[in-house]
Amino acid sequence: MTVIDTQPPKANLNPLNWLKKNLFNNWYNTILTIISLLFIVWIFYSFINWAIPPAECLTKDNAPRICANYADWNAVTENMRLFFVGYYPEELLWRTWASFKIIVALSGFSWGIFSASSTLFNRATIIVLSVLGASYLTILFSVGFESQQYLVATLFIFAITTLIGKKLGTNLPDLKLWLPLVWFFNFFLVLWLLQGGLFLESVGLDNLSGIILTFLAAIVSIVLCFPFGILLALGRQSHLPIIRWLSTIYIEIIRGLPLIGILFMAQVMLPLVLPPDLRLSRVVRAIAGFTIFASAYLAENVRGGLQSVPRGQSEAAKALGLNGPLVLALIVLPQALRAVIPSIVGQFISLFKDTSLLAIVGLVDLLGISQSILLGNPEYNGRSVEIYLFVGFIYWICCYSMSLASRNLEK
Amino acid sequence: MSFWRNAKVLGIAAQVVVILLVIAILAFFGDNLIYNFQLRGLSFGFDFLQDSASFPIGTSLIDYDPSNSYLRAIIVGLLNSLIVMVVGIIVATILGVAIGIGRLSDNWLVKQIATVYIEIFRNTPLLLQLFFWYSIFLQLPTSKDPIVIPGSIFLSNQGLFFPWPAFDPVTWLALTLIILSIISAPILWRRRKLAIELTKSSPDNLPLRDRKEQLTILLITAIAVPLIVFFVLDWQFPNFDRDLGLIAGGANLSLEITTLIFGLAIYTGAFIAEVVRAGITSVSKGQWEAARSLGLKANLVMQLIIFPQALRVMIPPLTSEYLNLAKNSSLATAIGYPDIYSISFNISEQTGRSLEILLIVMASYLSVNLIISVAMNLFNKQVQIKER
Repeated sequence: MTVIDTQPPKANLNPLNWLKKNLFNNWYNTILTIISLLFIVWIFYSFINWAIPPAECLTKDNAPRICANYADWNAVTENMRLFFVGYYPEELLWRTWASFKIIVALSGFSWGIFSASSTLFNRATIIVLSVLGASYLTILFSVGFESQQYLVATLFIFAITTLIGKKLGTNLPDLKLWLPLVWFFNFFLVLWLLQGGLFLESVGLDNLSGIILTFLAAIVSIVLCFPFGILLALGRQSHLPIIRWLSTIYIEIIRGLPLIGILFMAQVMLPLVLPPDLRLSRVVRAIAGFTIFASAYLAENVRGGLQSVPRGQSEAAKALGLNGPLVLALIVLPQALRAVIPSIVGQFISLFKDTSLLAIVGLVDLLGISQSILLGNPEYNGRSVEIYLFVGFIYWICCYSMSLASRNLEK
Repeated sequence: MSFWRNAKVLGIAAQVVVILLVIAILAFFGDNLIYNFQLRGLSFGFDFLQDSASFPIGTSLIDYDPSNSYLRAIIVGLLNSLIVMVVGIIVATILGVAIGIGRLSDNWLVKQIATVYIEIFRNTPLLLQLFFWYSIFLQLPTSKDPIVIPGSIFLSNQGLFFPWPAFDPVTWLALTLIILSIISAPILWRRRKLAIELTKSSPDNLPLRDRKEQLTILLITAIAVPLIVFFVLDWQFPNFDRDLGLIAGGANLSLEITTLIFGLAIYTGAFIAEVVRAGITSVSKGQWEAARSLGLKANLVMQLIIFPQALRVMIPPLTSEYLNLAKNSSLATAIGYPDIYSISFNISEQTGRSLEILLIVMASYLSVNLIISVAMNLFNKQVQIKER
C-alpha cells in the first residue's frame, strides 16, 4: 500500500492573491477595507502633521503663534529627569543610577542563567527585547549627553552580565534556585540605596517620586498581597464555616469598592485606627491600601487555581501520610499557583496601571509628576497632550512587555 | 486518638483562634479609633446630613442649591454616578461588541485596527486616558464655533448638545406606550414560539389562528414604536445662534460627563472586546461547519448557533467588566465631575466626618454592585442551557 500524502496543498500566496483573499474577497469587505484605509490615513496624516512641527517652530524663543497648533516635544525632553527620578535630590542622583544599573545587571544575569540550557534568543525574548530596546533607544536619543553615556554603559553592563550568567549557569546549574533569594536581597539593597539611612544621607520614603514611586508601590504591593491573598483563598475554600464566611465577606466587600475609595480609606482612616504615636508615611499608607485591595482580587484568582487541582491529588497525598498543611504546601498550592500564573500576571499589570491613582491621593508618581509639570510650569501650559502621550507610552511599554512575556510563558 | 489529632476538635479550635484574632484586631482598631476621636474632638453620628451643604454642584439631575442639606448633595452625587454608569455600560457594550467582532473579521485590515485599539487601551491606565481625553476636549472649539454633527448635534468645549424630547404629557404617554411594547414583545415572541411547536402536534391546527393574531400584534408594535419615537415625541432641537455664539434648547451634557462616558466606554470597550472574542472563539469550529453544512447562511449561523452559545461563556466576565466600569466611574473626581465619590470627599473635607462618609460611600457602591450582579445573574439564568 502506498501512503497517501494528506497534507493540504500549499496555498499560493503571492501578494496579489493575499490582498484578494484578505482584503477584497467580497463586496462588503472591499467597502470595509476602503473605509479602514481612509481612517488609518486620516489618523496618521493628522498625527504626523501635528507631531512634526515646521522648522520655524523648533527655535525656542519668539516662535510664531501658529506653533501652538504643533507639538512641542521640549515639554517632554526637558522634563525627562522628573519623569524618571522625580524630585530626587540632584547631588544624590548617582544613587538612582547605581540602583538602575544593579537591577539591569541582575536582570541580565538572571536571563543568562535561565537560558543556560537553551539559547539566549528565541521568538519570545526577541519580541520582548525589541519592544524594550526600541523604547530604550527613544529615550536614549532624547536625554542629555551625560545621561546618554550612563545609558550606553548600562547597555554594556547588561550584555556582559548576560554572558557571565550564561557561562556560570552552564557550569553551576544549581544557581537557578538561588536567584529568587538574590532578587529578594537586591530589593532591600535598592530600597536602601534610594531611601538612604545607614551610612547614606537619608532621602525619605515620602520624597520618592516619578517612575521610582510607581515601581516601588506596584512591586511592594504585589509581593505583600501574595501571603494575604493565598490565605484568603484557602479560607474561602475551607470547610470551616466561620473562616469561610469571614474570608468571603472580606473578599466581596473589597471587590465591591472602587480602589480610590480604598486608597482614601487608607490615607484617612488608617491613622485613625492606629495608635497616635505610630505615624505611617503617606507612601506606606498608600501601599497598605493597594495591598488590601489587591489581596482580595488575588484570592479570587488563586481560588480558581485551587478549584482546578483534582481532588485525587490531595487524597493521594493524604494516603501517603502527609498532614494537612504539608498537603497544601507541597501538593495543592504549587499546582494551583502554576495554573493561575497568567491571571496573576494580568493582575500585576492592572495593579501597575492602578498605581496611577496615587496621583489623586496627592502622591507624585509617574502620572502625578506629569500633572505637577503641567500645573506648576506656565511654560508647558497647553502641552498636556505631548506629556500624556509620553507617560502613556511608558506605561504601555511596561504593561505590554509584561503581557507579551506572560503570553509566551503560557505557550 | 489524642484530641489534637481529631479533625473536628482541630477545626473548632482553629475557628475559635481565628475569631479571637479578628475580635482582637477589631478591638485594637476600635479602641484606637475612640481614642483618636477623643483626641481630635470628633464625634460619630449621621445628624450632620441635615445641615446645609453650602457648596454648589455643577451638574445635577434634581433641583439643588447650596442651601440644601448634605443628604441631598449626596443623592445628587449618587444620581450623577448612576447616569454615568448606565450610559457608560450601554456605550461600552456597543463599542466592545463591534471591536470584538472586528477582531475576528476575515478582513485583515479591520482585524489589525481592532487589535491595535485593544492593545493600546488595555495597557494604559484609565486615569491617564481620562486626563488625556479631557485635555483634548478642553481644546475643542468654543461654543461660538462648535463642531456640528449631522442630526443637530453640537460639540464644543461647553459640552455636547443634542436633540431630546420635551417632557410634556404627550411624551409621557408615548414613553409609557414604548415601554409597554418593549415589555410585551418578548412575551408575545415566546408565546408565538410555543404556538409554532404546538401546531406540529395538534391535529386541528387550532393554535394557527393564534399565531396569525400574534404576528399581527408584533408587526403593529414593530411599526408603531419607531413612528411614535420619530413623530409623536416632541423633539427639542438645539439651536445654534451664530451671532450670539450660543447654543440653546435640546439636552446638553457637560464637558466633564462627556469626557467621563467617552473615556470609560473606550477603556471598558477594549476589555469587553476581548470578552466577546474569547466567547466567540470558545464555540468550537465544528458547530459552525455543521450549521453551514445544514444549509444555514452565514448570518443565520452567527445568530442562531454561535452567538447563543458564546453568550453563555461571555456573561460572567461581562458582569465583572460592568462592575469594573461602575467602580471606575469614581475616577470622575479627577476631572471634576461631581459624582458620589467626589461630593462625599468634599463633604468629608468640609465637616471632618470621614468615617460616616466612608460608610455612606461604601454602602452606595456595594448596593450598586449588588444590583448589577443580581441583574446579570438573572440574565445569565435565562441564557443558560436548561438541563433536565
